[in-house]
Amino acid sequence: MKLHNISFNNLRRRKAKMAFLTVGLVVGIATIVTLLTLTRSMSADIERKMDEFGANILITPQQNGLSLTYGGISLGGVSFDQTEIKESDLAVIKTIANHKNISAVAPKVLGGVQAGGHQVLLVGVQFPQELKMKQWWKVFGETPKGPDELLVGSEAAKVLNLMTGDTLDIKGKSFKVSGILDETGSQDDSLVFVDLPVAQRILGKEGRVSLVEVAALCSGCPIADMVQQLAEKLPGTKVSAIQQVVEGRLKAIDQFKRFSYAMTAVVVFIGSLMVFVTMMGSVNERTTEIGVFRAIGFRKSHIMRIILVEAAVVGILAGVIGYAAGIGGARLALPFMSDGKALHLVVDGGLAGAALALSVLLALLGSLYPALHASKLDPTEALRAL
Amino acid sequence: MALIEVTGVSKSYTTGDETVAALRGIDFSIAEGEFVTIMGRSGSGKSTLLSVLGGLNRPTGGTVTIAGVDLYALPGERLADFRSQRMGFVFQSFNLIPYLTALENVMLPLAISPWKPAEKQAAAREALDRVGLSGKGDRLPSQISGGEQERVAIARAIVNRPAILFADEPTGNLDTGTSNRMMELFRSLNEGGQTVVMVTHNPENCSYAERTIHIRDGVVEAIGQGGGGIA
Repeated sequence: MKLHNISFNNLRRRKAKMAFLTVGLVVGIATIVTLLTLTRSMSADIERKMDEFGANILITPQQNGLSLTYGGISLGGVSFDQTEIKESDLAVIKTIANHKNISAVAPKVLGGVQAGGHQVLLVGVQFPQELKMKQWWKVFGETPKGPDELLVGSEAAKVLNLMTGDTLDIKGKSFKVSGILDETGSQDDSLVFVDLPVAQRILGKEGRVSLVEVAALCSGCPIADMVQQLAEKLPGTKVSAIQQVVEGRLKAIDQFKRFSYAMTAVVVFIGSLMVFVTMMGSVNERTTEIGVFRAIGFRKSHIMRIILVEAAVVGILAGVIGYAAGIGGARLALPFMSDGKALHLVVDGGLAGAALALSVLLALLGSLYPALHASKLDPTEALRAL
Repeated sequence: MALIEVTGVSKSYTTGDETVAALRGIDFSIAEGEFVTIMGRSGSGKSTLLSVLGGLNRPTGGTVTIAGVDLYALPGERLADFRSQRMGFVFQSFNLIPYLTALENVMLPLAISPWKPAEKQAAAREALDRVGLSGKGDRLPSQISGGEQERVAIARAIVNRPAILFADEPTGNLDTGTSNRMMELFRSLNEGGQTVVMVTHNPENCSYAERTIHIRDGVVEAIGQGGGGIA
């Protein structure tokens, strides 16, 4: 028989009371774990998407007129062939202060051409850079390997009735369709891609590009700074950050994060209050018992130890169950937090340890005053010996 | 030589503007191995006196010396240590811990001792054996009778072989037959060399004692021989 045996026996034989306290703490810890896991999973998802997002900086020629497109519908007078950027100027992109954050630079030249009896938009790209940026592209066949090959968007292939291996004549030159893009749901579906120098020659735009997409490594990259730096290096161009869309979502996540922290603070407060009230009630119920402990020679520190060991055991139990329940809750809630796409649940040992530590800390904090109060009980009053 | 020396002990309580003197100038001594009963009516101050003797209730004035140690001059928690090593208590309501078995209740005072677990078990089983409850160590207090609970309480009080056994109305909640058996148990413990100080309002219990201290209105009215007769 040691002091902790008294604590364990009390917990074991007063199950209902201790279950109430444990359940209360479990709910608190589970709520915190669910909120934090959801926040982390959503943040991780956004970061992952940003890395896969492709271009997040767009460099276009400075134009005086306004774009006459809306929702992918062109109303004529499209300005893609009005002005271009000199290809030789692009070398400066790699000289900006944050050049290490640049993962790919993909210049493009655009122009309308007649092919297969239809007007199509021909895009000249550097295939290695393009593929690095657009990792979601799925090519049936192969990507073009030489100047005589081209890649066709799914919609364009349908309209032009093309299959892999077919040939397509553009301005008197024959090209082999080396691959067809799987449907992307973007403007890429309607385009015909060829190697950049080939397109420049066909369109009569040698040494010039219509726009440049730049992909920056996103986790923590200073997009706004990079935009500024590029704009300074490339006067006469318009540099804009596509990241604004992502930032909007990040802002929402940040707000959710703040909400989670606020909720955590509230739960911590309510949790300690609940432990305090329950433990205080338990101490008051055990006045006689504590009087007996004191009468038979237990020191104040012994009384405190008995109560705090009980609290710690409840805290450990609630921490473990609360973490498991919290992860379960997050798993259930996650599908409702994503836009129909499956999110990856971020489960890490750090949060498990923190949940356990928080649970024990809450239990100990809430029990500290009741334990102190119990240790100071006058044994004569406790025994009602007078 | 006296084991317990009580000199000029007084105890008063203040409630609002009113001060009530529970004990007034108590003097007596108890020898080692003696069986002494403290008798008096309800409210006479006998239980207060017992709590003062047991180091549980600091007197307003006077001294209590046990085995040469001035009890209330002990610093901090040393008084608790002294209680743990030298005293055993049997309470009127037995005050067993409801979630501990009889054996665990008996072992309770040893929870803070440096003894090995096996030694604690052996001492507790021996104490239960001495009170005739060797077969009921694994029962909870709610699973045994009032008399058996009292025996467990006595076993708990003697498990660490204290110098003095204090008992506060130990037969107050028992029927006559069980009371007599309990008093026989106290007598046999005393015959084994245990000093017993018992508060009671039952004159029959005094017949087991060597001396009876009569308390009335907080003062020693008389000190008589066992059996309640005043010398």
